[in-house]
Amino acid sequence: MQFLQLVISGISQGCIYGLIALGFVLIYKATETVSFAQGELMMLGAFCGLGVMTFLEYPFWVAVLASIAAMALFGILLERAVIRPILGQPAFSIVMLTIGIGYVLRGLVTTIPGIGTETHTLPVPYKDMAFNLGALTLNAEQLVVIGTTAVLCAALFALFKYSKLGIAMQASSQNQLAAYYMGIPVKPLNGLVWGLASAVAAVAGLLLAPITFVHANMGFIGLKAFPAAVVGGFGSLPGAIVGGLIIGVVESLSGFYLPDGFKDTAAYIVVLVMLMVQPNGLFGERLRKKV
Amino acid sequence: MRFIFKTDYAQDIRLAKHGGHVFWYSLLVLCLLAAPWLIDEYWLAQLTFVLIYGIVGLGLMLLAGFTGLFSIGHAAFLGVGAYTQAVLTNMGIPFPIALAMSALLSAAVGLVVGLPALRVKGIYLGIATLSFGFIVEEVFARWEKVTGGNAGIHIKAPDLFGFKVDTADGFYFLCLVLAVLATLAILNLLRSPTGRAFVAIRDSEISAQSMGIQLAYYKTLSFALSAALAGIGGALYAHKLQFISPDQFNIIQSIDLLLMIVVGGLGSVHGAFLGAIFLIVMPQLISLSKDFLPEAIGQAPGLQSVVYGSVLIAFVLFEPMGLYGRWLKVRTYLQIFPFYRRGMFKRQKSFQKSDRLK
Repeated sequence: MQFLQLVISGISQGCIYGLIALGFVLIYKATETVSFAQGELMMLGAFCGLGVMTFLEYPFWVAVLASIAAMALFGILLERAVIRPILGQPAFSIVMLTIGIGYVLRGLVTTIPGIGTETHTLPVPYKDMAFNLGALTLNAEQLVVIGTTAVLCAALFALFKYSKLGIAMQASSQNQLAAYYMGIPVKPLNGLVWGLASAVAAVAGLLLAPITFVHANMGFIGLKAFPAAVVGGFGSLPGAIVGGLIIGVVESLSGFYLPDGFKDTAAYIVVLVMLMVQPNGLFGERLRKKV
Repeated sequence: MRFIFKTDYAQDIRLAKHGGHVFWYSLLVLCLLAAPWLIDEYWLAQLTFVLIYGIVGLGLMLLAGFTGLFSIGHAAFLGVGAYTQAVLTNMGIPFPIALAMSALLSAAVGLVVGLPALRVKGIYLGIATLSFGFIVEEVFARWEKVTGGNAGIHIKAPDLFGFKVDTADGFYFLCLVLAVLATLAILNLLRSPTGRAFVAIRDSEISAQSMGIQLAYYKTLSFALSAALAGIGGALYAHKLQFISPDQFNIIQSIDLLLMIVVGGLGSVHGAFLGAIFLIVMPQLISLSKDFLPEAIGQAPGLQSVVYGSVLIAFVLFEPMGLYGRWLKVRTYLQIFPFYRRGMFKRQKSFQKSDRLK
């Protein structure tokens, strides 16, 4: 029973990793750049929700929608302002750029007097609810995380499979030039992808907020989403979620069964093993460099 | 304006290209030698840190700037060097031997990390080194018998075969000598076939391979050399601070090291030291400017990260060659005055090279 309990808490944590990893993968597929600012975007989304709920005192649902919309807009603006000018430069420049963005966001949040330097709890309506299922205790927060992730995945699947926009995004991620020739506006599409990734990050932030706290350094969890993305294969959307789940469950189990210290490093050990065994991840496309 | 007529092949690889180089670098060395008598103790300590970070920067520059491999976990090598030095020095082993051991152990660890580098590239390598950095940090914190765990470990003054270097001036000279040696070693390496091979790998792996360069050998070598320099830097860092703990070698430190070489200028030896100056001087400037800023901004704990982040963004967007690139432009402007044209250093329009199969 304890095992099952650990697995469930691992899955809910893994869903968070998966959602952040989803952001990486979306951006990677679209622009072949890796965003190190994803964790900070998540933090910003959580702060947005907090601001709307506690200072403007709007109900929870308004706050959720408002912060997702705000973050999507922020993502689009970010892409337009700093990412687009250096597209095509070496990948490392863009990595450093996103690290810089992460630094700035994290620092800016702390300059907001009275809010940025404190830790807050997000007063969600489902706080502290729990269900008993036999000997299992299910926290409402964990169930909400799992449920929302499932819904979001279904929505993204539908977007990429059936909508024109999603198909255009797929096309441009496979071959930008060919997509451009087919009349797909690649540049605005990249902006939309950043918006989408930021919105997903905001969802992750809002889901994580009741479990941990809202504070300026919560974005560091984004560093654990990298292993998730790699385990799943960097270019694969379902892979990101599966990778997140694997990392979450392994972390939760190793925290209980293995000695101290393994909980924090489990994700990294898994990813190193993965990179040695199968560098392309579970669902990754096989890559071979052509001359 | 200066014209260099090349009449000899040896001129191409000469370290000092012309008399100006000899003059200015000699002057620099003289100033550095006289520094303990010219500046006060506080700034001398900062200068020592610049030299230490410069050595680490040289290592990372060799890896990132000249071989094109990126390590987001370089603080781990710094830490391996620092802890080795601390443990060995406290056992009573003389400084040069301990330093050599730190460098060797770091290089050995670098070899281990370099192995996945043979299979993965680009961002995967970044994530592999990132993961490695986290694991090493955890090892420092948990291996309490040797490292003292989170409580940290104190380290004695360096002992040069019976001669104790326990003054700030003495340690400064020690760092200066090592920094100069490291710089000369890197410069020499870069004009040797090995260095050329590194640069070839950076520019195009496939063409390097076609020219008969063994990717596996040179990539691992680059990792090992880079880690060895980081280990030497770490050993000096440990002596300078006299106290080390695992959180000095975390991801923030790794990112600071990367920031250092990007701001300094990727792919230039000067860049390592310019970046080190930036990394050391910037916090001083920030704390000086705090008094002039409104309280909400000046007292915010995140001010430093805002400044670092903005500087990083600005450099990536506007000056990809870093401080050294800016200096090159200024120098060219002065050299050919008044014939400088705006487009001389215009960034070439480049198209993204995809790693994907198309």
